[in-house]
Amino acid sequence: MQESATLNNSFKSEEYFINMGPQHPATHGVLRLLLTIDGEIIKKVEPDLGYIHRSIEKMCERDSYQQIVHLTDRMDYLSSHINNEAVCLTVENALELEIPDRVKVIRTIIGELTRIASHCLWWGVMGMDVGALTTYFYGFRDREMINDIFEETCGARLTMNYNVPGGLMWDIHPNFIKRVKDFVAHFKTKIPEYNKLLTGNIIFQKRTKGVGVLSKEDAISFGVSGPVARGSGYSCDVRKYHPYSALDKVTFNEVLEADGDTFARYNVRIRELWESLSIIEQLIDNIPDGEHRVKTNAVIKLPKGEFYQKVETARGELGVYIISTGTKNPYRMKFRSPGFSNLSALNHMAVGGKIGDLVATMATLDLVIPDIDR
Amino acid sequence: MSYFSNIFNGIKTLLTGMSITGKYFLNSRKGAITQQYPDNRDTLKMFDRFRGEVIMPHDENNEHACTGCQKCEIACPNGTIEIIWDRGIDEYTGKNKKKIDKFVYHLSMCTMCGLCIDVCPTDAIKWGQNFENSVYDRTALTRVLNKPGSKLRPGVED
Repeated sequence: MQESATLNNSFKSEEYFINMGPQHPATHGVLRLLLTIDGEIIKKVEPDLGYIHRSIEKMCERDSYQQIVHLTDRMDYLSSHINNEAVCLTVENALELEIPDRVKVIRTIIGELTRIASHCLWWGVMGMDVGALTTYFYGFRDREMINDIFEETCGARLTMNYNVPGGLMWDIHPNFIKRVKDFVAHFKTKIPEYNKLLTGNIIFQKRTKGVGVLSKEDAISFGVSGPVARGSGYSCDVRKYHPYSALDKVTFNEVLEADGDTFARYNVRIRELWESLSIIEQLIDNIPDGEHRVKTNAVIKLPKGEFYQKVETARGELGVYIISTGTKNPYRMKFRSPGFSNLSALNHMAVGGKIGDLVATMATLDLVIPDIDR
Repeated sequence: MSYFSNIFNGIKTLLTGMSITGKYFLNSRKGAITQQYPDNRDTLKMFDRFRGEVIMPHDENNEHACTGCQKCEIACPNGTIEIIWDRGIDEYTGKNKKKIDKFVYHLSMCTMCGLCIDVCPTDAIKWGQNFENSVYDRTALTRVLNKPGSKLRPGVED
């Protein structure tokens, strides 16, 4: 009797720690996860942040309001245009500047292009995380066309800094409209290919369905936003509820999925590609004429007070909070980044699953680490 | 029965995916987007607005348009631009005016935000298209943009 008990004990597994990251391909950057594991079952996930902290919020207190914009490129570099827009909108609202319609429409078009580019990259990387290398190349191929559009109009491919408080740095390039139309026509034939290649794939479905489930109640209590929350059926699209720029002029559907698992979040992003294309199509033919920039003072001084503006980036809700004391620098600048809140739900979603499931779950959180650390 | 239909459906989805990759495999030349980069240097042309580095164009008389107003230096978020200036008699107007001695540009610190070019009142600095900036020593990335012996183009006022 005693012998068999010792035998059982010797086969009993013990909990142990394992480091995932900071240099791990599946963490998409320098994120370190402290995993507590029993066998291959995850008991606890503790994210350890700070490996790419650059104190952007503190640097903002040093910089003028024009200079702050280029720092936000470096937060969520996959939706840099939308970050720039958020800061510019906050400053413009505080100054009560009247922004021309042309600027609003161009900002919205480029913002949606940024979202498509970000989702293309995510789709490629998502496939790679679950073991399908092919998707990576197809996602990058289509993103390349958008990057060319950005390079021609904004001058850069990733950190564009195209927005300035008061409008846009330059007017759009003469080829812009034609290139965007070409891209929309091209990309419409590619999304069905994405679905054929990965969405319908039996291995992919087995890897994602029922994995990393986040219920609607938990989504709300963790404060997640963006496609992650909408994958749990929580309607939270800032573009719908607090439309900014030209988003109040367009009609689009908020994409919602009820299941809350990895596959639902995947589907939200794929279906969002269609909505973004429809927004671009509605606006691209009617870019109003007018100025591309409103003259502001060379030294922008915000009035004393607190200002907040939120936008929907490709990852979720980005909030920009400025406290001004009436000088040329902000007294305090705070960014509410979507990645940070989305990461907080990871422990809840991954516990009880395997390590492979954790990678799949993390892929659909679409983490950009510089956005989390700032 | 469902066991076999599962296997059949699984194989079907895999073949659907492989039909996409097979299509591209057969038409690989048509849709190629990669470039033979170091070999295509002669034909490679960047977009007009491409932000490679800040340059200061000089005309054939070795004259530039920089008045030394230092607005770019103030606009730069990282201290990339450093203007060493002096005062001197302008030979065309005869006035005692500020003029640049050295326009120092630290490319290694530049984030390509474009604020300096945006604020320049005389369009003295522009974006250059060169992007091949790998060097063995980072001091090679500190450049003096105004050419030796160059002077302000007459008639340029800020």
